[in-house]
Amino acid sequence: MSEKKLKYVGTRPIRHDGVDKVLGKANFGADLNLPGMLHGKILRSPHAHAKIISINTAKAEALDGVLAVITGDDFPPPPSGKGSVEGPQDFGDMARNVMAREKALYTGHAIAAVAATTTRIAEIALKAIEVEYEVLEPVMTLERALAPDAPILHEEMRAKGEEPLPEGPTNVATRTVMGFGDVDEGFSSADVVVEREFTTETVHQGYIEPHAVVARSISDGRAEVYCCTQGQFMVRKYCSKVLDMDPTQIKVTASEIGGGFGGKTVVYAEPVSIVLARKSGRPVKIVMSREEVFIATGPTSGSHIRVKIGVKNDGTITAADATLNYEAGAFKGSPVMAGMMTIFSPYRMDHVRIEGFDVVVNKPKVAAYRAPGAPMAAFATEGVMDELASQLGMDPVDLRLVNAVKEGDTAAYGPKFKVHGFIDTLQAVKNHPHYKAPLGPNQGRGIACGFWFNAGMQSSANVILNEDGNATVVTGNPDIGGSRTSMALMAAEELGIPVDKIRPVVADTESVGYSDLTGGSRVTFATGMAVVEAAKDVVRQLRERAAQTWDVSVDDVEWRDGHAVAMNGHADDHEPLSVAALAGSAAKTGGPISGRASLNARGPGPGFATHICDVEVDKETGRVSVLRYTAVQDVGRAIHPSYVEGQMQGGAVQGIGWALNEAYMYDEKGKLQNPSFLDYRMPVASDMPMIDTVIVEVPNPTHPYGVRGVGETPIVPPLPAVAHAVNQATGVRFRSLPISPPRVLAALDD
Amino acid sequence: MAKTHVITEVNGEEAEFLCEPGQTLLETLRDELNLTGTKEGCGTGDCGACSVMLDGRLVCSCLVLSPEVDGRKLETIEGVADGEKLHPIQQKFLEHAALQCGVCTPGFVVATKALLEKNPDPTEEETRYWLAGNLCRCTGYDKIIRAVLDAAAELRGEA
Repeated sequence: MSEKKLKYVGTRPIRHDGVDKVLGKANFGADLNLPGMLHGKILRSPHAHAKIISINTAKAEALDGVLAVITGDDFPPPPSGKGSVEGPQDFGDMARNVMAREKALYTGHAIAAVAATTTRIAEIALKAIEVEYEVLEPVMTLERALAPDAPILHEEMRAKGEEPLPEGPTNVATRTVMGFGDVDEGFSSADVVVEREFTTETVHQGYIEPHAVVARSISDGRAEVYCCTQGQFMVRKYCSKVLDMDPTQIKVTASEIGGGFGGKTVVYAEPVSIVLARKSGRPVKIVMSREEVFIATGPTSGSHIRVKIGVKNDGTITAADATLNYEAGAFKGSPVMAGMMTIFSPYRMDHVRIEGFDVVVNKPKVAAYRAPGAPMAAFATEGVMDELASQLGMDPVDLRLVNAVKEGDTAAYGPKFKVHGFIDTLQAVKNHPHYKAPLGPNQGRGIACGFWFNAGMQSSANVILNEDGNATVVTGNPDIGGSRTSMALMAAEELGIPVDKIRPVVADTESVGYSDLTGGSRVTFATGMAVVEAAKDVVRQLRERAAQTWDVSVDDVEWRDGHAVAMNGHADDHEPLSVAALAGSAAKTGGPISGRASLNARGPGPGFATHICDVEVDKETGRVSVLRYTAVQDVGRAIHPSYVEGQMQGGAVQGIGWALNEAYMYDEKGKLQNPSFLDYRMPVASDMPMIDTVIVEVPNPTHPYGVRGVGETPIVPPLPAVAHAVNQATGVRFRSLPISPPRVLAALDD
Repeated sequence: MAKTHVITEVNGEEAEFLCEPGQTLLETLRDELNLTGTKEGCGTGDCGACSVMLDGRLVCSCLVLSPEVDGRKLETIEGVADGEKLHPIQQKFLEHAALQCGVCTPGFVVATKALLEKNPDPTEEETRYWLAGNLCRCTGYDKIIRAVLDAAAELRGEA
């Protein structure tokens, strides 16, 4: 940890990409056009569950202006066997999600695609494609999916981890159990035990920019892709898997990205556009409509969670037990594991058992969504904690303080916690004026806590010193919320040059080393570490050049505030050399100066937050209005405090939307009834108050500036915080989200 | 199908284009006039990312048909700044960190300009209701509202 006073880190400069964005000059996914470009459109299944008997594209192909029509037959066989699964990704499933093969598994599943000279011709061509389906009963709920007579989505699916392994097929992809101690013994020593069930619906990330891609096929079978994504290297890898190409054959350039929240961490139209470009010989652009985004890109899981917690009269937890069922959508891979690993992690316990099921249903395959799996898990645990506090007659913050994990405690999922600021957030809440402010009639206040691991993973950075003494910082992570400026701030601190003399760049896959995608709240942490290392590499070279110029040992040169300074008795002989002077003379001292670093960052440091929410409930309409909201979070160190606050505020409001209004609504045939921003009701400006933030800084010892991930943790507490506030206002405990007006009215009528 | 000939004024300059009857103003701005600062978030008038001014009135350009703008005046995000000099609204959005991904920002800037031309001294509540047609998923609106109120104060000469 650097002890010196920081000059740039912790300041609030205007972001480097800001001017282009307020002028409308920044180029997002849909903003690129290429000469000769065609427009691609995707035919989507009108059925939630159907066998594809035949597809006839002849009439579409015959239309003037149609240059390519493709189906699953134009793709290589879906990967299987060795190399087809990597971590949570099954590339065989991914290939079938990108373009259906044997079955359509959700309304909106891609069946075929066309490329035409105009979007209108492409739309007409889609209507000319004849598809014969054998419609099957859709499986739209966890309950139906788990029923003994449920229709089966994947005939080959057997429940991994189920003992004994079922003989027949099932909709359960995986059963997982974790824990330690003996929960029966733990519960038998409890004074109070509360056991409750909670449900949440499918919700979407709701980024404002729909997915967009332009692909062109070039010589030697190579392809170039320009798209909005959270990871250009991810697109390269996933396209290479789905299309059986070498990654090096594909160049991916990430556009500016108009929001992702985890939703742009997989591929959808990217491989389709490459195949269309190859078949037509022309560049192909695909831009999804909002409806397509809702029906065919990853939302997050609907869930059913049972939580049982036992406590002593003093509040000490004796045991905790949970069963989590998460919908994966059409293919396995819900975030149930992350839900299990976070569900009890804020609290110390000796006896714990957690069981989780990953269940397939006829909905779009879920994708990551900001702290994937954790908000619904927190909704359940925090709901039980709130009820326990009320049964014990304890302040809800005090109940958390009794049980909060500290450094060295074992998390419910296994590892020991390193230093973190969870308790600091609880204390900050207790001391905040908001916590003690009076409430009016029909108003209530709730608090809730949230935990998220944060990620490290692989990142690369180049720091290039230019001849004018300014620097270019090149990384491979799309900037989704101001991270470029955080990179520049850390480089500025190391180099000792002003942050506006640094140009941070997000490079394509051929211009920087491999970097895992922007996600897991990892960029300012992990890519930041790479930037710091690369900048230190530059500083080392600058010291060497100064030593050479002065004919002294490099040990006699120190780097101080953007200057090489002679030390150890040489100070009187040599005036300090500025970075600009050293850069200007680089040709004479050995050539250009640049630094690089590639690393696999460990120790991201856990994120903890505690939120306070005040609501008022209109008992005539059932509407819940959020009156006041305070988010308190341990961020390690805020590199750019404005964007840290922005993450906390944005995450809180996304969580409030999830709590109060957002939900996928399907009809009995499995067709989504609300695939628009009018009917899928995300928070608007008039729904919200200001969101107060309290930044707690308990530095993460593994990062040179103490950074821990910030972006995801803030969506974890709002679901329960809102529910607890509504409980206080109405006397009713809502254990199913969303707490929408009809549900509130129905509950108040009971 | 025969195309319609349209002459309009965009950001103070005459613009001329041919369009199909069903072609939206948003498509024309982006694809014919290469004014890609105006964004498409939904295409159904629900998100405000495509906000432009049509004869001084704030509209969603995805809900306007291109032939409708014949003989009328348009102002888009590209016309808000005075050359290199940012409009105070744009400057305040930067100072307040009122954007994260930035895709909704052009629509918010145009909608804010429309608000402040009509009501130079809006309350927080009036600002929130005026901007309720512009969706932002990143910021939670806090910093946007602060930027707008600060820009209003500056334009009134109070800041």
